[in-house]
Amino acid sequence: MSFAVLLTVKVLAVLGLMLGGALVVIYAELKVGAHMQNRIGPYFAGGRFGWAQPFADALKFMQKEDLVPDGADDRVYKLAPYVVLMGTIGVFVVLPLSPRFVARDLDLGAFYALAISSLTTLGVLMAGWSSNNKYSLIGGLRAAAQLIAYELPLVLAVVAVAIQAGTLSISGIIEAQAAPAFSIGELNVALPYILTGQIIGFAIFVVASLAELSRIPFDMPIAESELTMGFVTEYSSIRFAMFFLAEYAGMVSMSALATAFYLGGYQLPGLSATAVEVLGPVIFISKVFLLSFLFIWLRWTLPRFREDQLQSLAWRWLIPAALLNIAITATFKVVF
Amino acid sequence: MTLADYLPIGLMMLIGIGFATGAMWVSWKIAPNVPSPEKLAPYECGIVPLQEPALRFPVKFYLVAMLFVIFDVELIFLFAWAVRFEAFGWTGIAAIGIFVALLVETLFYVWKRGALDWNVAHRDRYRRVVAEYEDEAA
Amino acid sequence: MDVRVIIFVIFAIAAVAGAISMVLARNPVHSAFGLLMTMFAIAVFYIMNGAHFVAALQIMIYAGAVMTLFLFVIMLVGVDTSDEAEEHIPYQRPLAMILGSGLLILIVASGIQTWVNAAAQTGRGSLGTIENVSDELFGTWLLPFEATIFLLTIAAVGTIGLAQFAFNLRVASGDDDE
Repeated sequence: MSFAVLLTVKVLAVLGLMLGGALVVIYAELKVGAHMQNRIGPYFAGGRFGWAQPFADALKFMQKEDLVPDGADDRVYKLAPYVVLMGTIGVFVVLPLSPRFVARDLDLGAFYALAISSLTTLGVLMAGWSSNNKYSLIGGLRAAAQLIAYELPLVLAVVAVAIQAGTLSISGIIEAQAAPAFSIGELNVALPYILTGQIIGFAIFVVASLAELSRIPFDMPIAESELTMGFVTEYSSIRFAMFFLAEYAGMVSMSALATAFYLGGYQLPGLSATAVEVLGPVIFISKVFLLSFLFIWLRWTLPRFREDQLQSLAWRWLIPAALLNIAITATFKVVF
Repeated sequence: MTLADYLPIGLMMLIGIGFATGAMWVSWKIAPNVPSPEKLAPYECGIVPLQEPALRFPVKFYLVAMLFVIFDVELIFLFAWAVRFEAFGWTGIAAIGIFVALLVETLFYVWKRGALDWNVAHRDRYRRVVAEYEDEAA
Repeated sequence: MDVRVIIFVIFAIAAVAGAISMVLARNPVHSAFGLLMTMFAIAVFYIMNGAHFVAALQIMIYAGAVMTLFLFVIMLVGVDTSDEAEEHIPYQRPLAMILGSGLLILIVASGIQTWVNAAAQTGRGSLGTIENVSDELFGTWLLPFEATIFLLTIAAVGTIGLAQFAFNLRVASGDDDE
């Protein structure tokens, strides 16, 4: 019985921390974006700094009328937000916040995370098709084409990490980054993969995950100026809020995966094993927020790409670069 | 590794579904529900849409999906090689080298055939129409 | 009763229900979701038989990639046009029944030898890990493995041919978009 209780507590803790992280990222998006444009941003909700803005938004969404448009495919329309949300929070299972704070570390963790997050594509297609609206349909198809095109470089970047770490378990990958990269006399220095040969892989991963999240500069699926809101055009009330939450939870899970693969996860160079045990979750989440800040920064800096530039970037640049990255990683691993 | 190892995934999904359904239930309780024909009409800036949304799409979308399936299958083999990288050594590199070389060749073929070029201005038909138009204008 | 048997029965019902709803649904998109349900149930069966890698693969390739392709094609063609009840292949129904029952006989004939019993699978939990699969793949089955790339290349060529791409080598080989 205690096993079941422990498991439930772990799963709830991971889910709570990650969804809480998503709320923080939503707030950061509003506030950081505002300051980057010389605005103030949320100011009143919650008293100081408008910290309660995400909760106020959630409450507002809940009070809105939930409409299913005429001619929409009722069942598919209602199922779509669930599929998108499942594809996002399914990733949380394998994220280790510290050596022992993980819902379940699978042997195929990295592979599983990529597989389960590819379900988002289905949800997006379902939402776009079932809405019976041409903006939704165009947005959904664009989104699906974009998600599948950028899944290839994303997966290829992870292959290089798997070669370097020799495992697909996410905890295993983080532990492999704790192994000393080089020694100065008695001192062993452990470095994350971003500093030991995976800098190209990291760049590919970040660009591809930006596209997977449909964020600016890759936001053609929900291009407001042409497609209203893409595949979520017809969604209102809590269903829209679920897509919204899934988007930011996806940002957290993508940042968390990048943290585990390239930034050393819960490790910090120079920290002892005991310190990592205690401080692990703090370090991990700090790194996740750092990457999320990078995503937000890029959003408020870059303009939108064109659809053909998007496909061109994925197939002509990122995939060859990722294959080259694998070749380089393999060569180094064999030679040294 | 047994079925029990996958229990957390099921649990996470169940809690997620429960959370979403609970939020929906609350929303259903507190939100108004007075639908009217105007509200239920497809969003079209107030104008009733004249045609069904199911329109014909460029075949490129199909091409991307098909190429994705093909390349995805190839990536799986790379994973199988990556986890046993040390054990296979040079033999593995040679085996996967042939594989990746042919994969790159496929990509190159697709590229040269123009399947990855989504720019309308690069297409024969578009250029022909533009040329005709310019001829008429001249 | 063994919990594995209960899980097996639940997902077996899900698999069969998905398959039946796929055949019976009038709307092609609903058919596709019936198929998706069957694929998920089959992934669970793979896990129960210790084939962890194949299970993840099932989700990634079939649920992720192939289903997306199906939905794409259905949506590209437009659901309304494929609603027609007229059958284009003569004798399709009797032929399908004969072939289907033939397949059923084959499955029963081969399955009667090693009847799937979830309870009998204990102790084989780690047979299908990715390490074992890749050992087999790069050991015994190296030649068929290398041959698959030709198959995939042919598939890519066929795709392009099907799409009837009007190609222009001069433009396509240009560096990038202006």
